[in-house]
Amino acid sequence: MTPLLEIEGLKTHFPTANGVVKAVDGVDVTLSKGEILGLVGESGSGKSITGFSIMGLVEPPGEIVEGSVRFKGEELVGAPRERLRMLRGDRIAMIFQDPMMTLNPVLSIATQMIETVQAHRNTPRRQARKQAREALARVGIPSPDERLDGYPHEFSGGMRQRVAIAIALLHEPDLIIADEPTTALDVTIQSQILAQVQKLCADTETGLIWITHDLGVVAGLAHRIAVMYAGRIVEHGPADALLDDPRHPYTQGLIGCVPAANRRGEPLDRIPGTAPAPLNRPEGCAFRPRCTRASRTCETEPHQTRDGLRGWHCFHPVAGEVPA
Amino acid sequence: MTAFIIRRALQAVVVLFLTALIVFLGVYAIGDPLEILLPGDATEAERAQVAASLGLDQPLPVQFIGFLTDILSGDFGRSFVYNRPTIDVIFERFPATLELVVTALVLSLLIGIPLGLWAGMKPRSAVDETIMTGSILGFSLPNFWQGMMLIMIFSVWLGWLPSTGRGDTATVLSIRTSFATWDGFTHLILPAINLALAQIALVIRLTRTGVQETTPLDFVRFARARGLTERRILLVHVMKNILIPIVTVLGIEFGSLIAFAVVTETIFAWPGIGKLIIDSINALDRPVIVTYILFIVTMFIVINLLVDILYSLIDPRIRVRQP
Repeated sequence: MTPLLEIEGLKTHFPTANGVVKAVDGVDVTLSKGEILGLVGESGSGKSITGFSIMGLVEPPGEIVEGSVRFKGEELVGAPRERLRMLRGDRIAMIFQDPMMTLNPVLSIATQMIETVQAHRNTPRRQARKQAREALARVGIPSPDERLDGYPHEFSGGMRQRVAIAIALLHEPDLIIADEPTTALDVTIQSQILAQVQKLCADTETGLIWITHDLGVVAGLAHRIAVMYAGRIVEHGPADALLDDPRHPYTQGLIGCVPAANRRGEPLDRIPGTAPAPLNRPEGCAFRPRCTRASRTCETEPHQTRDGLRGWHCFHPVAGEVPA
Repeated sequence: MTAFIIRRALQAVVVLFLTALIVFLGVYAIGDPLEILLPGDATEAERAQVAASLGLDQPLPVQFIGFLTDILSGDFGRSFVYNRPTIDVIFERFPATLELVVTALVLSLLIGIPLGLWAGMKPRSAVDETIMTGSILGFSLPNFWQGMMLIMIFSVWLGWLPSTGRGDTATVLSIRTSFATWDGFTHLILPAINLALAQIALVIRLTRTGVQETTPLDFVRFARARGLTERRILLVHVMKNILIPIVTVLGIEFGSLIAFAVVTETIFAWPGIGKLIIDSINALDRPVIVTYILFIVTMFIVINLLVDILYSLIDPRIRVRQP
């Protein structure tokens, strides 16, 4: 069976006056139907650009310079713009980080939902409105019929994000790319939305890529986790294995940074240094300058080590040690 | 909404009262009308008689109250030059100006918005550079010079269009308009373009800036992620957002164009109120000047009110803020 999504050697670069920013620099991801992948990394690691690359929404001057994105076997890199438009919002949907910004402030919720329905189907207006109302009800918006005629500013952040999710679900897509959709929300709202998305994806067998900087969020949500650093995936594998037994020192460091309820009073771990500037990444392993295990070998590019379902790019993996 | 309009109407009354006061003090109290009305060799008795007949022997506050009561009863005085009620003189000329200004504004929207969208979508391209350079010319070349050039090219050299006057008008739906006859229409073209050029440049710049500020916003990206066509994103999502600054500026411009269409009306001998006020100032026709100023102030107040109402139609966020 063809996987839902196969990304191979994806490179998305942004030419600037000072040089080329290699935002995504060789990413491989595979996702099957109904699977939830947590794509984790710090700001600037290229996780959002990976999401936009899949959608064909990289803003010029940025462009995909290499690699392939196959969705249900169809190559999306270099696909006609109209074909990508037809897939977007229909088969592949996206949810953005800041719910205060994603809805057009001067158009009603009904207008924005109905136009999304009608962008992909010749649905009569009345029918499209009904579909929109049902979608709002599905994500737990009370009295959807009234709220439909409201405007974005009349909704709270959490409610707006629910509307965005309802819009993403309108055509029951095969794949949803969620770019930090709960980062801007309260924790209580965050957990509600997480639970809801998890349930909706399970019900409809939708594949989900959940982009976040918060390992804690994906720990309970994702089946698999991929950790990104400086435009590359440094480690990936089943969520449990990766969290309980990380191999890449960066993954280990990230896990140490998560505040945990059972470690009250202990100081949090931190990863020394900062992520390298995108124009000034070190040769070889980009994590080298911040890594306690680095040696001369790390000045060359680490190849992938595979172990069953998981893989990592590191010469000195944290093999089998008890995580900090 | 009703409360809002009532509040605005009360504000308007205050503004009009203050304007009337300033105009009265400026025009009646500082200059002496007797100097103009009477011959230089008039006797003291004659002066006193005329002053009494015009109420000029009364103390200033009494004169002002008299002036206000006249206005409130609809009597704005008679023109010295035309010897007719000033309000009639102004309303006779006003439709010509209104027609000119509305045509110019419609032209500026029809030409300015598409060009602005085009330039905004392709920043720093050849199209953008050309349009922006053109708009700088529209802004910076003096209005009167543009008018003379238009006359020279289209009337003198090419002989396509008439250069002066309003031409034939006809009455459609009880409005006298140049649009009703071909002759009137050809007379309207050049002055309307002359008046529109700077406005086109302004609308182009507003639209281009609006597009460039709006397209990087998340809701545009989200609209793309929803699979909307670029056409719909630009014409509905982006347009509705950039209409807000355009309406604001054009509202102000509309008033200014009516009040200051003087230059165009003078060049093209267009029989509008701009030309009337210049003629009246030359002839020291004070009642006309006073009525004109009060009329323009009222018009600005009405336009501002209309702009505010338009705002709330465009931007739902403004609607709720009204108490």
